Amino acid sequence: MKAWTKEQAAFAETLDALLSSAGPVAAARSWALGAPDPGLALWRALADVGVQALCVPERLGGLDAGPVEAAIAFEKLGYHGVPGPWIESVVVAPALLDGTSEETLLTEVAAGEALVSFAAPPMTPRAVDAAGARAFFLSEGGALHRGVTGPLVASVDPSRRLFEVNPGEQIATVAEDRVARALDGAALGCAAVLLGAGERLLATSVDYVGERRQFGRPVGQFQAVKHLLADVRVALDFARPLVLGAAHELAAASFDAGRDVSAAKVACADAAHLAARTALQVHGAIAYTLECDVSLWLLKVRALMAAWGTAGFHRDRLIRALI
Amino acid sequence: MTPEFTEREQAFRGEARDWLRANSPGRLASMDTPAGAAAHREWERTLAAGRWSVVAWPAEYGGRDATLTEWVLFEEEYYTCGAPTRIAQNGISLLAPVIFEHGTAEQRQRYLPSMADGTDVWAQAWSEPEAGSDLAGIRSRADRDDERGGWILNGQKTWSSRAAVADHGFGLFRTDPAAERHRGLTYFLFPLATPGITVRPIVQLDGDPGFAEIFFDDVFVPDAGVVGDPGAGWKIAMSTAGNERGLSLRSPGRFCAAADRLIALWRERGAEAPHLRDRVVDAWIRAQAYRLYTWETVAKVEQGWSVGAHGSVNKLFWSELDVDLHETALELLGVDQELRGGWVDDYLFALAGPIYAGTNQIQRNIVAERILGLPR
Repeated sequence: MKAWTKEQAAFAETLDALLSSAGPVAAARSWALGAPDPGLALWRALADVGVQALCVPERLGGLDAGPVEAAIAFEKLGYHGVPGPWIESVVVAPALLDGTSEETLLTEVAAGEALVSFAAPPMTPRAVDAAGARAFFLSEGGALHRGVTGPLVASVDPSRRLFEVNPGEQIATVAEDRVARALDGAALGCAAVLLGAGERLLATSVDYVGERRQFGRPVGQFQAVKHLLADVRVALDFARPLVLGAAHELAAASFDAGRDVSAAKVACADAAHLAARTALQVHGAIAYTLECDVSLWLLKVRALMAAWGTAGFHRDRLIRALI
Repeated sequence: MTPEFTEREQAFRGEARDWLRANSPGRLASMDTPAGAAAHREWERTLAAGRWSVVAWPAEYGGRDATLTEWVLFEEEYYTCGAPTRIAQNGISLLAPVIFEHGTAEQRQRYLPSMADGTDVWAQAWSEPEAGSDLAGIRSRADRDDERGGWILNGQKTWSSRAAVADHGFGLFRTDPAAERHRGLTYFLFPLATPGITVRPIVQLDGDPGFAEIFFDDVFVPDAGVVGDPGAGWKIAMSTAGNERGLSLRSPGRFCAAADRLIALWRERGAEAPHLRDRVVDAWIRAQAYRLYTWETVAKVEQGWSVGAHGSVNKLFWSELDVDLHETALELLGVDQELRGGWVDDYLFALAGPIYAGTNQIQRNIVAERILGLPR
């Protein structure tokens, strides 16, 4: 396996530079309160560097890139805590809408003009941000329906505005392998967001324990703190190759792609969870407040652990693939 | 995922696979017993005769000039086919890189060929009763003997793996007690049969004398037995510490093969212990992660990246994976898990992992300070 190419590394740097100065934390807080304007400005800024076009075919105005580039983008979106239906618009929409009567929507997605969301029960029974989306859909079995909005339900992550969805008009029948590929793409995107969130929680924790002083020294000098954070470094370092590996398998449409996506989702969820629990622990009470920005990632990680396949679902799929 | 390999790499892998399948004797008696040691030496001779004992070395020393990629491929094939553990491992992985980098031409000629074919087995003599995690606290000393052109060694080493069956040792001794403690150390090579050396085997958890104490009582070592400059021993030794923690001691093939055996055991026994499903899956995921991490590391190293403190990240991961994987297998065995045999023996071996090559507490300090940048 090869690491990122130069172009991929440059793409990651571009996203970091853009997001570091674009105020994603304020956007996420505002998004959670139902005021999406700062988040929508971010949405358009990210479209300018091509994020939403990554998986859209060229003939519809997309870049026809693939899962590797998408994974890079999702890790950065997770790191910076950007709100919105990213997985649904960037990955699921192109995978399910291409070739249907709704495919022109993908041109608007690629241009950053439309947010699209999906529910896909039983794995993903609710659609995130359905109310603010240009369109949202319900994918169940092989049937793709327009969605009809049900009530807003509260997620543990306030920036994930979840809606119950009822089936409306059926717009297409989608082949089983294509649905599977869409769900794998979403699960892998979710794994990458978790990886990025975990990295952010670790970075923030390292900064904090270097500054916070007790007993006359930075608390980061204590081995009890060092060892907790070292374990997070290890967990994240060994989750990342699973994401890149699964992205290559998915790009090649290989037989093992589903298995490897599940491995990536399980490992990233575990690593991000460890990062979250550790971040809360080494920050102490301050991170137990909503005012502290760490809370954004703590709650996001908890919500995404269940999104696009719980650990139980993915471990079950893995063991069945292995025996 | 399967990495992409060149035709040359694929041919190398195929040749290794065919040779190993045709020649591997499978599991041998413990190398820490007299009969087992003899069988393992015989296997090293066989490997060397096929030029498979030290693939990454230059051809003139019995190697194949294999690239890092080819070395990892060889290791994958080696463990996949269940070939024996390597009695020559510590010499080949830990000492040889030092001799190649810091040794004289004479030392290379004298020590490397006999190491490559298992004629001479090497034991690492680093730890002392008062210098374990704090290795720079070494007290064993070497005093100058100008008349004879060498050094007089005195002191005690301990936990020296393979010393009970080895022919030679390599270790650090204090040659300048006045110098700062990392600077007064020198790297020595010595035959264990040298007058004044006493080796006292220590029985390990598995019942075999896998390591030993070594006592030095006015042991003369000529200047030809010093690697690098006197006083440079710490720096030289740390270059092998990276090898020990990083890639070279624990190739991914080892854990992937063990994970595959665990899956096979789950097929047999899983129905009786469904509560172990998650642990079985996680062991497989971690072995897979280790494999992909290794290939990523290989790619980066081939582009000039240096492993450095990341060897500690690696060591933490594989040593804990090894223990967890074997404990999961033992649970699957139900009431038979206490019986000696393959899984229990491998488990006892795995238990040493979080301790040797620098305890995992020390590795966590290294990760926290040198990678995360936390204050010392």
